[in-house]
Amino acid sequence: MSVHALLERFRLLRRHRLISLMPLAAIILLMPLLFPSAYYFRVAALVYIFAVASLGLNLLMGFAGQVSLGHAGFMGIGAYAVAIGPTHLGIPPLFSFVLGAMLSALVAFVVGRPILRLKGHYLAVATLGFGLLLAIVFANEANWTGGPDGMTVPGIVLHDWPLRGAATWYWISAFSFLVGAMLALNLIDSPTGRALRAIHDSEIAARVIGIDVAQKKLVIFVVSSVYASVAGSYFALINGFVTPDVSGFLRSIELVAMVVLGGMGSVVGSLVGSAVLVVLPQALTFLQEYEHMVLGLIVMGVMIFLRGGIVPSLAAALGGRHP
Amino acid sequence: MNVLSAERLTIAFGGVRAIDGVSFDVAPGIVFSIIGPNGAGKTTLFNLISGLCLPDDGRVRLCGEDVTALAPEQLARRGLSRTFQNLQIFARLTALENVMVGRHRHEATGIAADLLHLPAVGRQNRRTREAAAASLARVGLGDMAERPAGSLSYGALKRLEIARALASEPTVLLLDEPAAGCNPTETREIEDIIRSIVGDGVTVVLVEHDMRLVMNVSDRIHVLANGCTLAEGAAAEVRTNPAVIETYLGVHSAREAAGAVG
Repeated sequence: MSVHALLERFRLLRRHRLISLMPLAAIILLMPLLFPSAYYFRVAALVYIFAVASLGLNLLMGFAGQVSLGHAGFMGIGAYAVAIGPTHLGIPPLFSFVLGAMLSALVAFVVGRPILRLKGHYLAVATLGFGLLLAIVFANEANWTGGPDGMTVPGIVLHDWPLRGAATWYWISAFSFLVGAMLALNLIDSPTGRALRAIHDSEIAARVIGIDVAQKKLVIFVVSSVYASVAGSYFALINGFVTPDVSGFLRSIELVAMVVLGGMGSVVGSLVGSAVLVVLPQALTFLQEYEHMVLGLIVMGVMIFLRGGIVPSLAAALGGRHP
Repeated sequence: MNVLSAERLTIAFGGVRAIDGVSFDVAPGIVFSIIGPNGAGKTTLFNLISGLCLPDDGRVRLCGEDVTALAPEQLARRGLSRTFQNLQIFARLTALENVMVGRHRHEATGIAADLLHLPAVGRQNRRTREAAAASLARVGLGDMAERPAGSLSYGALKRLEIARALASEPTVLLLDEPAAGCNPTETREIEDIIRSIVGDGVTVVLVEHDMRLVMNVSDRIHVLANGCTLAEGAAAEVRTNPAVIETYLGVHSAREAAGAVG
């Protein structure tokens, strides 16, 4: 094959990448036709909210190969930003939301520098500690956060339009995921994205071709923290209430499970992983005390039979590509 | 001026001097080979030069500049690249993407532009892709561009690593046993590739066990034994050096060895 023919094929692929989000947009638009009640809108909104957070984490884990067991800490920063900003500091909610994302980025930048030097299990434990630390702060600073009982979150009003109700939040969170997915796909097919994927496979090789590994890891850690922060803010806003659980250990683990279950390195996988772990507990409530046991068994079964995660495994089985 | 110099490089691991006072100068545009028996310290020497290890003593100069303490990524930006004896491939990337990553030091878009896919990123990607495709074609892997690197054969991966290193447009390229594990045909291909690299003005520093390849392509040969310099000279000089023959094959077979290596 000539070099020229090769390049032509890659141009086609790239166009393919841009249209690959069309099915997702269609699903977002058509799904509500099947929703019999506001409850369904709420569950679907939660799916997209967690999909945003797990997509950010997937950029870190699935692409750059760096684990974080404390990512819910950034959800906590986003959640408490929209709670504390308007309540205690008189900052408008929308501005608080933006400030929360910026604060998350700043915290990720400062914390990321020392801990991203660590590898594997050591990095896992360090990020775990970071998440626990934030959860403790949120639980103990009761004057600001209401302590373990949590605090109410004032709603956002855009001009005369209050962002209230499950349907509104469905559209906001779904659209946000679409934007997040777009940015993620852009990143993957860029110099930074290629460098990150290279780091995942061989840090040494990445370094000898001139990639500043520490800096790239820090960049993606900051980006992924912003995804988590945005999701945290939405989570607080849709509930109108926030407790330290939003940044707790279980949340962090849940995010990791969503990434791995859906598929590491798969944008759609983050959505699927989030859908499974948000919808399944709701769908299994009829099992009452057996709910968690069955949920655990299903997750184990998926991991055993779809080893690479749901989306990559199914895509491989069908012989197709996936975004 | 020499492109690369080692000055009395010394490093010890737990009391064992892996490299002990090794010095050499590499003139521009030549193939400079480093040979020696297993454990002589060839790969350690490469690690010192490419910034993966810090020497206990001595200096490395790249185009006159003291680069002893620089990290590999800083060296790469100054034009020093290398391959690895035990492959370091980006297995999940396609062959083309592997080589595209090799162009990283020539790519200049920031994270914001990358996230938003600004037009500059599109242009950059196109340039990188074209250059990478050319590098791939040059090592004979044009047809494999879209294959995941992890699925390529060993011989192809050896060449892929060279293409990736070349894509960064180095002034000095360190090749660590490029022909190890290759069959005679593949070795001949590697030989051709080395010649074409040098033909482009790149200086090649080669560590290799395949003596035929070394003798065929080298302008100068530096012989190591037990971490020390044993000899250095043009191929013909080294080939007939009694100390070299003795180290390689033992003193009693020196006579046969002279015939065998020759």
